[in-house]
Amino acid sequence: MVARESLAVNIANLGFHYKDNEGVVFSGLNLQIQKGERFGLFGPNGAGKTTLLSLTTGLLRPAEGSIQLLGHDVSKEHSLVNKLLGFVPQDFSFYQELSPVENLEFFGAWAGLTKHQIKTRTDELLQILGLQDVRNKHVDKFSGGMKRRVNLAIGVIHEPAILILDEPTVGVDVQTRHAIVDYLVQLNKKGTTLIYTSHQLSEAEDLCKVAALIDDGKIVAHGSIESLLEEHKQKNLEQLFLELTGKEFRNDV
Amino acid sequence: MFKLWSAIVKDSRVLWRDGVGLALMFIMPIVLVIVITDIQNSTFNLINKNKLPVLICNRDTGVSGKQLVEAINKVGMFSITQLPKNQDEKVLSDSMKKTDALLSIVIPDDFTRKVMAKSKTTAGKALTSFGLQADSAQKDLGDVSPLKMYYNPVLQESLRLSVKGALQSALQLVESRQTLRTLYFDINEKPLPEKLEGEMLNNKAVIHDAPVSSNGSVKPPNAAQHNVPSWTIFAMFFVVVSLGGSVVREKTSGSYVRLKTLPTNYLVGMFSKQIAYLAVTIVQAIVIFSLGIWLFPVIGLPGLNLPRDVLGLFVVTVLSGWCAVSFAICVGVFAETHQQNNAFGAISIVILSAVGGLMVPTFNMDTSLKTIANFSPMHWCLQSYYGLFLEDGRLSTVIGYLIPLILMAIVFQLIAIWGLKRKNLI
Repeated sequence: MVARESLAVNIANLGFHYKDNEGVVFSGLNLQIQKGERFGLFGPNGAGKTTLLSLTTGLLRPAEGSIQLLGHDVSKEHSLVNKLLGFVPQDFSFYQELSPVENLEFFGAWAGLTKHQIKTRTDELLQILGLQDVRNKHVDKFSGGMKRRVNLAIGVIHEPAILILDEPTVGVDVQTRHAIVDYLVQLNKKGTTLIYTSHQLSEAEDLCKVAALIDDGKIVAHGSIESLLEEHKQKNLEQLFLELTGKEFRNDV
Repeated sequence: MFKLWSAIVKDSRVLWRDGVGLALMFIMPIVLVIVITDIQNSTFNLINKNKLPVLICNRDTGVSGKQLVEAINKVGMFSITQLPKNQDEKVLSDSMKKTDALLSIVIPDDFTRKVMAKSKTTAGKALTSFGLQADSAQKDLGDVSPLKMYYNPVLQESLRLSVKGALQSALQLVESRQTLRTLYFDINEKPLPEKLEGEMLNNKAVIHDAPVSSNGSVKPPNAAQHNVPSWTIFAMFFVVVSLGGSVVREKTSGSYVRLKTLPTNYLVGMFSKQIAYLAVTIVQAIVIFSLGIWLFPVIGLPGLNLPRDVLGLFVVTVLSGWCAVSFAICVGVFAETHQQNNAFGAISIVILSAVGGLMVPTFNMDTSLKTIANFSPMHWCLQSYYGLFLEDGRLSTVIGYLIPLILMAIVFQLIAIWGLKRKNLI
């Protein structure tokens, strides 16, 4: 039994279904993620990854069970949990009419930072993510890769204890992917727990230490990547993924 | 407070970069207010200031025809041009087109003869009824030959009836004069003295007229006094395209999702949008009122006279703007796409403005439409502005119009909050 204090995320007996009864239904789902872990959540389209992340961030409310972040119930202590949490959605969730600096000023303030903290963090992040030269240009003129970096910078401006990333490198070039993965590893070394989902399984192998495979709303495998590959006698995560989830097309309507 | 301020700054920046939205909110109403004021001013001047150009073709060679022309001239509402007596209808029609005359009157060639005959008949009947021998009694020749009035179809029905009334009055004067003269001559066997004739015919009761205003001051309404407030209100409510679009954009771009994972209630965001766009509506009012005051006189339009109660004007403007912003937020919360927001927003504004009396004043509407007008927030905005601009009232005198406006704004706010909760956005 893992001590509660060492858990970043504790999902217990989770039940959820959409109001229209379509989509994924979780029933009695349990999942624990350790503090400081680099955790990957993988699964085919429609398996329930995004729904589980939405429940973890408080965007959706569970019908049964509970989700705790660092010991705080997501449903009951929403405001407190939001201070601990950073979220990088798959969509470009910022204002494209604004520059990176203007976006960071706004989201930093809403994350609870002071003016001085915002300035310091903005300079630091733009430097690390290679956006210093375009700091005052409108984001709508940026390439997809640059927008991904802005999306990431906003998610981490308040140095969250837990960072949830929903496909943070989709549609970017190799350089940008490396830059993002390197930065995420640095963040993790400083203590941030990473919860990451992606279809880029080779990238996931580089980034994550622990993974869970989800299919049809159920966790079908959970453990360190090393132990999972050994247990299932597979060479890489992609082969493990195909073995556990099959080769049939998945239509996520 | 820092969160609110940062949201206001963000919303102002987003708004400032929305060129199309700004154009819709400023350029469109400015063009509308100038064009429509100009059109209404021309009509207003035609009716109230300029004399109606009239062509008169007097085919009568006698004295009554001349007297009728003189009487028409004395009415004071016509600018008369006399045509040669042999003009036919086609030439008359061509002359009206050439001279822009909206009316032409043809006096028939037997006009004097018929007036004389009718006056003798009337005088004879009068003397008989007094028990006197009527020297002038003769066989009744019937009514005086009718005048013919041709008019341009653009002439409004109400104006045409006024013209007919004025002509009837001039005609009555000519007939009465002749009857009086005949009657006097038959009794006294000498002509009616000119002085007595003048006294008898011109002894009219005096009518004093005065506009109704709350303080009795005389400030005649003009096209600017109606159009400037009307199109300012229209412009304020047109923020629905930009503000509603901004709410929809946040929802569809996923910004809502990010904002919901931050430790700040989204209502702060809604509040900041309202402050930013309320400022826009106040700037709209300042710009359009300034045009009315300073630009209109330069381009030949009547200038806008500001009401005495400037504080009242500010309060009415702020509350009108707040109601407009509340409506826009409400539309934005429920619209799923930009297309829905823009189409519903624009169409609803046009309908609410028409129903609310911005295009046609509500006093011209029938009873059922007047009742419906009460449901348009723009109606209460306009009534409040009317109270200040046309009646020169004060804030206290328009408070009755402001209460429904405030209630409507609160209802829009509550509906928007309910919509946000229903969609799990707050």
